[in-house]
Amino acid sequence: MAEKKSLRKEFTKGLIRENPVMRLVLGTCPTLAVTTSIVNALGMGISAMIVLICSNIVISALRKIIPSKVRIPAYIVIIASFVTIVQMIVKAFVPALDQSLGVFLPLIVVNCIILGRAEAFAGKNGVIASAVDGLGMGIGFTIALCCMGAVREIIGAGTILSGAESLLSIAGITGFDGITLIGENSAISPMTIFILAPGGFFTFGILMACANRIAESKGKPKAELGCAACPMAKNCALLAKGEACEEKKEGTEV
Amino acid sequence: MMYLSILLTAILTANFVLSKFLGICPFLGVSKKLNTAVGMSAAVIFVMALSTAVCYPINNILIKNDLEYLQTIVCILVIAALVQLVEIILKKFMPPLYNALGIYLPLITTNCAVLGVVLLNFTEGYTYLQSLVNSVGAGLGFMLAMVLFSGVRSRLESCDIPKFLQGLPIVLIAASIVSLSFMGFTGLVEGLLGV
Repeated sequence: MAEKKSLRKEFTKGLIRENPVMRLVLGTCPTLAVTTSIVNALGMGISAMIVLICSNIVISALRKIIPSKVRIPAYIVIIASFVTIVQMIVKAFVPALDQSLGVFLPLIVVNCIILGRAEAFAGKNGVIASAVDGLGMGIGFTIALCCMGAVREIIGAGTILSGAESLLSIAGITGFDGITLIGENSAISPMTIFILAPGGFFTFGILMACANRIAESKGKPKAELGCAACPMAKNCALLAKGEACEEKKEGTEV
Repeated sequence: MMYLSILLTAILTANFVLSKFLGICPFLGVSKKLNTAVGMSAAVIFVMALSTAVCYPINNILIKNDLEYLQTIVCILVIAALVQLVEIILKKFMPPLYNALGIYLPLITTNCAVLGVVLLNFTEGYTYLQSLVNSVGAGLGFMLAMVLFSGVRSRLESCDIPKFLQGLPIVLIAASIVSLSFMGFTGLVEGLLGV
């Protein structure tokens, strides 16, 4: 019973309380880059989730065999293998998605959510707990990406779920290819800047402010850049000791 | 001319950080102080050029043997090994350079800008020299963005920011405005060089 309860906790923590994007501030590059539409965001989220679950399972299964000194390279190899598999699957079945995600699909390898979870969770916990953790974190990542994608697509392009056909056709559903909110002949035109680079930063900033506001009302601390969950944090700590990178220290003082 | 246009495109119009969203973590994390920003970007330029120089021929070998799907896994391993190797060599033979860059090097292994530039060079179909120019340009663009942004951030510190925007949100919004200004470079390269 207690086991079940804690498993549920591992699952739900990734959704909102420890949402990898809005709370832990991990994986910012794909969050900004692929959220130009909901479909892209969904595709990226699902791809990353599959990699996250698989690598979490394998890493936690091998955690007693991998020597701690070479664990980061070992994790990278495991993650890169799964990324390659996902890349090949996407290329084969959803070529349109492969086109729009571009280089960010192979870049899942260096997504700090995956390496961060490997280091912080899968390397220390059992197989089932790690799989559940990966599922929760993956869904949390997908939700955050879809929120960003929805805001940017609606304001920036005036559509919802445009290009959904490429994803739905795998399930055999055809004929639905998104809803157009702002047509070509309407009086207002979409703010294209939102699907361009500045809009990405802006939307992320505003959503982060909202997330901070909600967290604050519940007495939780503000989101900080996810250095603590990053496997390179040790080097950052070294930086902090030297003359450089004092921001971690300053961050805790303020 | 071709090389100049690749270089300028990589630095200004298609800036890695501000328009391609690669290397956001160090951009947000290490841009608070000018000296760390410069140190970090110098290390990034160095590693980018080096890993492109090494990964390009390796990729050609992979293509020859029909092993193209191994690109991702091979490149990330080569970069990780290379960074380690460079760190050891610098420590042993060039202590002054190690003192300046050494501490940033391990941070760069999992920087998506480095793997990103290597993979983008392959998809763009650049030649060896063009790839090198593109990598150096991408690194210089990263440095430009970091240096400019560290200036913006030092100004931000003395500002009276609304409470709910303090911390990361205002940094992201500032980045958005810097990125907006970089959009002004659109068409610059074509206009200057007539490509």
